[in-house]
Amino acid sequence: MPEMNMLKAINAALDTAMATDDKVICFGEDVGVFGGVFRATSHLQEKYGRDRCFNTPLVEQGIIGFANGLAAQGSRPVAEIQFADYIFPAFDQIVNETAKFRYRSGDLFNVGGLTIRAPYGGGISGGLYHSQSPEAYFAHTPGLKVVVPRNPHQAKGLLLGAIRDPNPVLFFEPKRLYRASVGEVPEEDYQLPLGEAEVIKEGDDITLLAWGAQMEMVEKAAELAEKEGISCEIIDLRTIVPWDVDTVAESVLKTGRLLVTHEAPLTGGFAGEIAATIQQRCFLYLESPIARVTGLDTPFPLTLEKEYMPDHLKIFEAIKQSIDY
Amino acid sequence: MSTTSKATIVHTPSFMNGDEFRVPVFKLLKQDGSPYKNAKLPEIDRDKALRIYRAMLFTRVLDERMLAAQRQGRLSFYMQCTGEEASVIGSTAALDDQDMIMAQYREQGALAYRGFTVDEFMNQLFGNDRDYGKGRQMPVHYGSKKLHYMTISSPLATQIPQATGYAYGQKMAGEGHCTITIFGEGAASEGDFHAALNMASVHQVPVIFLCRNNGYAISTPAHEQFSADGIAPRAFGYHMKVIRVDGNDILAVYQATTEARQWAVENNKPVLIEAMTYRLAAHSSSDDPSGYRSKKEEEAWREKDPVRRMRLWLESKGWWSEEDEKSEQETRRREVLEAMKRAEKRPAPDLETLITDVYDDTTPQLVEQLEQLKTHIRKYPDAYPKGAKLLDKPLDDADGGARHA
Repeated sequence: MPEMNMLKAINAALDTAMATDDKVICFGEDVGVFGGVFRATSHLQEKYGRDRCFNTPLVEQGIIGFANGLAAQGSRPVAEIQFADYIFPAFDQIVNETAKFRYRSGDLFNVGGLTIRAPYGGGISGGLYHSQSPEAYFAHTPGLKVVVPRNPHQAKGLLLGAIRDPNPVLFFEPKRLYRASVGEVPEEDYQLPLGEAEVIKEGDDITLLAWGAQMEMVEKAAELAEKEGISCEIIDLRTIVPWDVDTVAESVLKTGRLLVTHEAPLTGGFAGEIAATIQQRCFLYLESPIARVTGLDTPFPLTLEKEYMPDHLKIFEAIKQSIDY
Repeated sequence: MSTTSKATIVHTPSFMNGDEFRVPVFKLLKQDGSPYKNAKLPEIDRDKALRIYRAMLFTRVLDERMLAAQRQGRLSFYMQCTGEEASVIGSTAALDDQDMIMAQYREQGALAYRGFTVDEFMNQLFGNDRDYGKGRQMPVHYGSKKLHYMTISSPLATQIPQATGYAYGQKMAGEGHCTITIFGEGAASEGDFHAALNMASVHQVPVIFLCRNNGYAISTPAHEQFSADGIAPRAFGYHMKVIRVDGNDILAVYQATTEARQWAVENNKPVLIEAMTYRLAAHSSSDDPSGYRSKKEEEAWREKDPVRRMRLWLESKGWWSEEDEKSEQETRRREVLEAMKRAEKRPAPDLETLITDVYDDTTPQLVEQLEQLKTHIRKYPDAYPKGAKLLDKPLDDADGGARHA
């Protein structure tokens, strides 16, 4: 099995999707001959022609409006928003159009073929506008699916799953891992299921739940905790919406403790939703309050990024507090 | 690479403001139904002419009856096409019936022309179990897959870049179809309009942008909406073909759209049409225009009634008579009233339709939420009379007859 980084895995997924289905069309700012600012769409125009992989004008609301129409027509557009921080001009098209297309027409029309890819998250010294994690905004809109991969193998399988899913999917790619995360990725065509969390490591004392780049932080924190004799169960949520309540609840019923971590700010973050649901499902089994380790309730900083980030040490501390409660 | 083509170099500052370009108005028929001198009328046979006129008349009758029904409290809301029938129906008639229409909300005439039945109109207006939209949207948000009419969405202008994308897909499919998107001059201020025109021009897409410049965006007059010479000159900025047409002159609209369609499909290029017209009715049943425009102005436009102009032309051809008019009006009025009674009596869409179509399949969370709701309704049936009635309904009618839309 070849080793590759996450960008190569995403590129391989797009290549596979375009090779197996003529209706897959990739576009966005700089995705054409240049292959995207991160090179996720490298060589796709060369291989599949300018009609199926092309640059668009610099207009996010236009990109997603165009993508909605193209999907309604029966194509499978994969639209790239260059940074998740710049998805907001398209917010109306995503929230009022993409998400409601099927419902409002009584299923006469749908944009299920649409996938929106966007690099997201911090850790690259990107400051306010190249670091945000906007998943919670979209999680609040029924009709969208939201998916985040944690490594190259997951990225290829989940992206193929997203492109072929009969619902519109927002696919947030942790850009800190684009080149940093390297692993074995099958050459063949494979899909990973949406809406299913994955138990990465079994444990008994506490459940640690995250997605995307935070998985690395969680794993490091778990190593520290294990040295102190705390047995951690680690779960990658993988799909934020619709999320796998059963897998998480089952784990918490066993461990009695839950810690959720994300880079996005605390208030209104998706950890709050998870905490509310799990306390309802597992109330009598909880040994301590559900812990949230997140970014601060501030815009994303630059110089003090390291201080802002919910890193392995903050998670480790929260694990100990939960155990000692 | 140069960012402008063939730029002329000058050595003294030279500013332009667009007044260099004046867009003329294309007209064929005078208000008395006779052609202007030198006007070459399109070749429309009797059957086609009557199909067009019957759609105009039906739209007028439908609007009158449904506004009255709204005033009687039978309907929650309504929007009339009145005054703009020629812009909407004349353009639709110039298309292939398989071309996609992505309209704003005031374009019921297009559906009437394509053959949406009076029962289909009523089921949507009353949001009953046979409404294709399953009672989820306010009145006039029609949609029909079989008639290639995209379901209406309330947010303004969102359909315009979608039309560009839809037409791109049609170009890729190579079956010779195009998309028309219809919107008002107010919606043309939205960013989506500009995004759509630019992308259509850059990506060479067979889409027709039809702006109904009807003078008002709710209460805001056109001169407070833009300061340029209408919407048409915007096409120059996108290097797009454009024509301005008398929107109350059905033959002019028909001819302009026929040529626009041919250009769009043969060259994979977009076209902008600006139809100069007037919203004779209020913005909606919730609006009262007397607060922002004069009776005199309305009367002047009533003199330019597009339905009457078409009728006079038909009469001059010997294709329509006073008797035809009377009998058609009576028949269509009766049909509307009968269909309204049928639609009103039908039950609401099934309770399950609250949670279906959010995704292609219902999620466990949604199933759980519906079960909780049902339990609650069972406990307080009097507080939710509609829902309580639906609880006892057999499940076999769950799709509400919407399957064949």
